[in-house]
Amino acid sequence: MIGDLFSVTVLVGILASGIRLATPYLYAAIGETFGQRSGVLNLGVEGQMLMGAFAAFYVALATGNLWLGVLAALLVGALMGLAMAFVTVHLHAQQGISGIGFYLFGLGLSDLLFQKLLGTVETVNGFPKVHIPVLSDIPGIGEIFFSQNVLVYLAFALVPIAWFVLNKTTLGLKIRAVGENPDAADSLGISVVRVRYFTIILGGTLAGMAGASMSIALLNVFQQNMTSGLGFIAVALVYFGAWSPWGVMAGALLFSMVNSLQLWIQVLGIPIPSDIAVMMPYVLTILVLVVTVKRVRAPSALTRPFERES
Amino acid sequence: MKKLFRTDWASRILDGLLPVFAALAALLVGAVMLWLLKADPIQAYQALWAGAFGSSNAIAETLVKATPLLLVALGICIAFRGDVINIGGEGQMIIGGLFATWVGLTLTDWPGWVVITLAMLAGFVGGAIWGGIPGLLKAYFNVNEILSTVMMNSIAVYFMNFMLRGPMIDPSQAELASKIPQTARLLDAFRLPRLAPTRLHLGILIAVALAFVVYIVLWRTTLGFRIRAVGQNPHASRYGGIKVKRYVVLALLLSGAFAGLAGATQVFGVNYRMISDGSASGFTGAAGFNGIVAALFGQLHPLLSIPASILFGGLLVGANSMQRVVQVPAALITVLNGLVVVFVVSSEIWRRRRQRRRLAAATDTEAPPGASNKRLDATEAGA
Repeated sequence: MIGDLFSVTVLVGILASGIRLATPYLYAAIGETFGQRSGVLNLGVEGQMLMGAFAAFYVALATGNLWLGVLAALLVGALMGLAMAFVTVHLHAQQGISGIGFYLFGLGLSDLLFQKLLGTVETVNGFPKVHIPVLSDIPGIGEIFFSQNVLVYLAFALVPIAWFVLNKTTLGLKIRAVGENPDAADSLGISVVRVRYFTIILGGTLAGMAGASMSIALLNVFQQNMTSGLGFIAVALVYFGAWSPWGVMAGALLFSMVNSLQLWIQVLGIPIPSDIAVMMPYVLTILVLVVTVKRVRAPSALTRPFERES
Repeated sequence: MKKLFRTDWASRILDGLLPVFAALAALLVGAVMLWLLKADPIQAYQALWAGAFGSSNAIAETLVKATPLLLVALGICIAFRGDVINIGGEGQMIIGGLFATWVGLTLTDWPGWVVITLAMLAGFVGGAIWGGIPGLLKAYFNVNEILSTVMMNSIAVYFMNFMLRGPMIDPSQAELASKIPQTARLLDAFRLPRLAPTRLHLGILIAVALAFVVYIVLWRTTLGFRIRAVGQNPHASRYGGIKVKRYVVLALLLSGAFAGLAGATQVFGVNYRMISDGSASGFTGAAGFNGIVAALFGQLHPLLSIPASILFGGLLVGANSMQRVVQVPAALITVLNGLVVVFVVSSEIWRRRRQRRRLAAATDTEAPPGASNKRLDATEAGA
């Protein structure tokens, strides 16, 4: 039965769903990259994703408009980002622990609202596949890369955009300066507070988008704790990808491809203990951290609150 | 310099009350949410209180819930005092539970109290391994412990699912198609003794006794002194001749060990088998996270963590009565827990400000800029 895995249809299927499943990791981890490059570790991504997932699902179900759902997720994510920014930037709260607080908050509130407003598991008609003309007709390649829903395309488009903003624009320079040496940035007239507010809110917004991509594009349902740790992985992917959007994308694809493989193994009924297979990306992430941590340096001011010396 | 030794009682008391204010603020936000959900907040909180502490059975249930919270919280006290952040309580509980269960299912010919003792030790060791690995990675490879403990959580969940569906599966489930992930039941002789005609078991006494042990270790032994010294100022500790890396590993290892013990008590005191729904919280009841809340609320003090854990255990138990009376899902408690964490860590700024003012008042000249600030920021995770 293992031979079934290697038929062309199955391989194409695995790769296509692997690309699709990378979507939430990409949104969340790219958003987190901005925060960390400015020196803020947002560990509340998971909670922001859950809130975004619920908001998108609920609004899409109520209005029948998927884009309104996306908008709701973005707004909810931004609001949670704003709260996180206030707590970590203005009140200098310990970032890791306050992130756990926001995780619990989002986990509880999304569950609460789900039970109160919906009660039962329902489904929406999520974003349909968009077949890109001509390209989607290429055998294999077409199905893998050019027959995905619009949120998948947007997620992958975000990677070069994030790279460009971080490395080629003044804004990116400010973000990196604030993350490396906030005191120096401050003395040059860059507002550390404003830059960090911006990156944390952006991170929250994209985490909300990541949630939306799960509830109204990938799975088309909302369930309590539906992200089941994906947001925490997204945080790790930023380290895995050495704070570069391209590295983050590589990590996201690693996780999503293994997940996809594991799903297909289950669908085909192949007797491989899939739990062990799914465990591997986590082990690999730890190993990658061990190997790269000496070579790649984290933003110097990461997790350090900024306080102007008076 | 004489003033340095003057204790500013008023501000000390204020500092001590900060978590209480934080909890009250969280309850206030909760009341607004209840009101928005068209439930009577007073009625809801009354039901919550009655469900948690209203009868002897309620109190017993609360203490059952408080047991793993307190054990995890003790570990968190050690870790955070050592300035390492352990978010791996869930995974450490799982591995501790697996180790203990394995002992209970293997040594079936041995006397009950021997097996129980060995199983608790096995849980302790399992958690120590699962916490020790991130400790080693942090100390010797500079891998961020927040990330590694989170990764270790996921690895533990998949390992648990693998074991409970495979090598350790309940033989009666193995034949069924449903294959509920659970082990066989422990022998009756291996159960942690009940303390009253309720579900209350010996675990709570073990946890409370250990709270005193942790207090003594942290404040009355060299080991504890060094863990705290490294947590407060690793550079000074290094100059003082403390092997900093060793104590970073120890802090995480011990932290994990207590969470592992929490997992063992769940198996031997509550379920009498290892069972899950495939998620971490299916086994742990999210105690690995809620223990952090309790420890923060108890100001990272082992003894204050006792009432804190009972309070949060009570919230978890009372939430079900609240759900019945005012039809607001018990998930509200998770929201409140999150708010308590956010509010407690946010309120630290006032404590630090007062501390700085005390320092400034204590020295005739202004403290050199930076020196004191940096010190205070570095302790944020801890004290």
